[in-house]
Amino acid sequence: MAEGGVQEPFARAARQREAERLGMLIFLASEVMLFGGIFAAALALRLEHPAGYVDAAHHLKLWLGTANTGVLLTSSLCAALAVQAARNGQARWAACALWGAVALGTVFLAIKGVEYAGEYREGLMPGMATTHFEGRTQQLFMNLYFIGTGLHAVHVTFGLALLAAAALNRGARQDRHAMLIGNVALYWHLVDVIWVFLYPTLYLAGVR
Amino acid sequence: MTDEPRFEHPPEERAPSYLAESHSLRSWFFTTDHKRIALLYLVSITLFFLIGAGAAALIRLDLLTPQGDLLTNDGYNRAFSIHGIIMVWFFLIPSIPNVLGNFLVPIMIGTRDLAFPRLNLLSWYIYILSGLLTLYVVVSGGVDTGWTFYTPLSSVYANGAVVATIVAVFISGFSTILTGLNFIVTIHKLRAPGMTWSRLPLFIWSHYAVSIIFVLATPVLAITLLLVAAERLIGIGVFDPRLGGDPLLFQHLFWFYSHPAVYIMVLPALGVVSELITAAAHKRIFGYWFVAFASIAIAVIGFMVWGHHMFVSGQSVFASAVFSFLSIAVAVPSAIKVYNWTATLYKADVAIDAPLLFALGFIGLFVAGGLTGLMLAMLAIDVHVTDTYFVVAHFHYIMVGGSVTAFFGGLHFWWPKMTGRLYNETLGRIAAILILVGFNITFFPQFLLGYQGMPRRYHVYPPEFQVLHVISSLGAALLAVGYAMPAFYLLWSLLPGGRRAPANPWGASGLEWTTSSPPPKHNFIAQPVVVRQPYDYPLAHPASRDDG
Amino acid sequence: MSGAVRLLLVWAALMALLALTVGAAFLPIGMAKPWVAYAIATAKAILILWFFMEMRRESGLARLAAIAGFVWLAILIMLTATDYLTRRWIM
Repeated sequence: MAEGGVQEPFARAARQREAERLGMLIFLASEVMLFGGIFAAALALRLEHPAGYVDAAHHLKLWLGTANTGVLLTSSLCAALAVQAARNGQARWAACALWGAVALGTVFLAIKGVEYAGEYREGLMPGMATTHFEGRTQQLFMNLYFIGTGLHAVHVTFGLALLAAAALNRGARQDRHAMLIGNVALYWHLVDVIWVFLYPTLYLAGVR
Repeated sequence: MTDEPRFEHPPEERAPSYLAESHSLRSWFFTTDHKRIALLYLVSITLFFLIGAGAAALIRLDLLTPQGDLLTNDGYNRAFSIHGIIMVWFFLIPSIPNVLGNFLVPIMIGTRDLAFPRLNLLSWYIYILSGLLTLYVVVSGGVDTGWTFYTPLSSVYANGAVVATIVAVFISGFSTILTGLNFIVTIHKLRAPGMTWSRLPLFIWSHYAVSIIFVLATPVLAITLLLVAAERLIGIGVFDPRLGGDPLLFQHLFWFYSHPAVYIMVLPALGVVSELITAAAHKRIFGYWFVAFASIAIAVIGFMVWGHHMFVSGQSVFASAVFSFLSIAVAVPSAIKVYNWTATLYKADVAIDAPLLFALGFIGLFVAGGLTGLMLAMLAIDVHVTDTYFVVAHFHYIMVGGSVTAFFGGLHFWWPKMTGRLYNETLGRIAAILILVGFNITFFPQFLLGYQGMPRRYHVYPPEFQVLHVISSLGAALLAVGYAMPAFYLLWSLLPGGRRAPANPWGASGLEWTTSSPPPKHNFIAQPVVVRQPYDYPLAHPASRDDG
Repeated sequence: MSGAVRLLLVWAALMALLALTVGAAFLPIGMAKPWVAYAIATAKAILILWFFMEMRRESGLARLAAIAGFVWLAILIMLTATDYLTRRWIM
């Protein structure tokens, strides 16, 4: 009764596709709530210390953060193009676009690394011997910054692994493959959306 | 349509039951069958229930005397912390959803399994991993933060295995999220032909509602605990006033999860009771849509009431007023359910079996817990009784009197379906009454204690409170007997020669009663097609109410 | 319009919004600044959800699932802010 590639308990491939996509979207909703705690903490910090928050954010590297936003948005574009190519049966194009997304995601992490290194040199990284903050609010802000962007970077790394796995996976039947790419891309886009909100919360807040 | 599979009684010989299908250990530990995973959960949560109950026994023994002669101050703190942490995250939250829900959700909607069977098994393994870590915490000396991990106690001053406990609860959250995700997708995408939303059993509605909370609340607990761990390990200061952080932020984030978590514990119980009441009354539920949407309303409004845990914390008075109003509002859908159950029972030819006794006990205790909850939602009263035994009694009425009673009721009701055996009905009725009586003797005096000012989490108290404490401890002993009884007669029913259950021992409606007891591996011999409303009593075919 | 072209146009719009939000951050608009920044971030998120995540082709159920996290986050943010914004009220 089952078509090829359909797994228990589904009888039809189309129904299974819908279910997998819905499952991924629900998982992403829970990811939004995970970062929700960070955003709520940033909000509390900003409302309690409005001026100190802006001063602390001013020390972040706005242009690196802006560049990273552009990089991640472009990486998302690649993932969206990969989905479209896979659906049209252009497996080679899809793989190329996926590797493009992986490359840009890696660039994002590299820029993030450069940023972290700079903050380490300036003594803004918490818990280091060279650390010296201007005040309590700055210390608090930088801690939150590292937790937030660190958690995001973990998600980026995980997303890169998924994207690479999708790019390498050619064995699966074509429609399963398109489905897989579609779900991995959803995850990748959400990582992008979270960054889109982290950017004004952390970087833009510091423009005086 | 001529054939109505929902009243079909397939001969048990036609397909081996899910229990008989294979007996190897491998077939249990690597199973993707939702019914077997439900039994894995049943065994594991029972183990944690025993540990949590052991801690409760220590607490009640210690409170027999005003000086707290049994435990040291620190030992007492650890006893109630372990009791709370294990009972909340390792027994109550997984109890009904992961045992009864896992077993019944696919069968009730007429499908072969949950949408993601391997994910379901994974969530059991995650639960076990977090459970093992908790056991490590218990044997390595425990934790003294209470189950609420309030900062700065947990982040600065507590000296138990706080980080290990936090990691354990953090990991267990993934198990809950995956279960919730699985339920939502299953209910949306795998309903049998003809199983429209208006034909869903109310048990399914309440599990749908609880899954929403699983998915959307649990991650907030995860990030909050992560922040507490980071606070403790590297001092990030978000919750630390010395750095300009705000301890109240912890309470906001924690209760954003933990108040809905109360509904995680009680919503599935409401679903169970709807099934038990209709089956005992052999009547259609009164006001199906009201009961169904009350579950959804509780799930949604339940997210907007958390501030009532913080009335005396230094939260703004305006916010307290807002939360107070919303907390009173959430009582409306709960009350709707109680009225509708009562209306369902009205003039019904009620079968007084153990499941109904548990369900009636649930209603009484839930009403008492709910009404005292309304008192606590009101600012003025709450200020008077905050952090007293009044609060302790209130939430035990909901979580133990409500959820645990419903869990036992559901376990009795579906035991024949899960195991294919009938338990001793007389003993079942005695246990149900014993639990109701024992529970009230244990916890009603705590309302009085709290109203007179006995604070929670203290084990040394003024001598004038001793009488009520002793009554409470004696009630706890009775309650323990009540809880232990089912363990014996339910297991007894499994022995060779135990009475075999027919497909539908209660004469109840619902797809789960149309398949054999226990069901075959894929739940049904043929794909069921639903043509009738839920609770379509009297049954079209006379009920097979033979006692084996 | 071919799919790839549409995606490229959306990407161009996202880049334009990025430029806009940086520009707006340097404008002397005082208290309105975070509101503008978050409004633009929301616009970007809507574009990503609607076109990149293909919510425009999805069923209502999938859209509901995609939006649920944000709605619940709004509950968390709004009620938490209710406390922080009114703590200094004298009552």
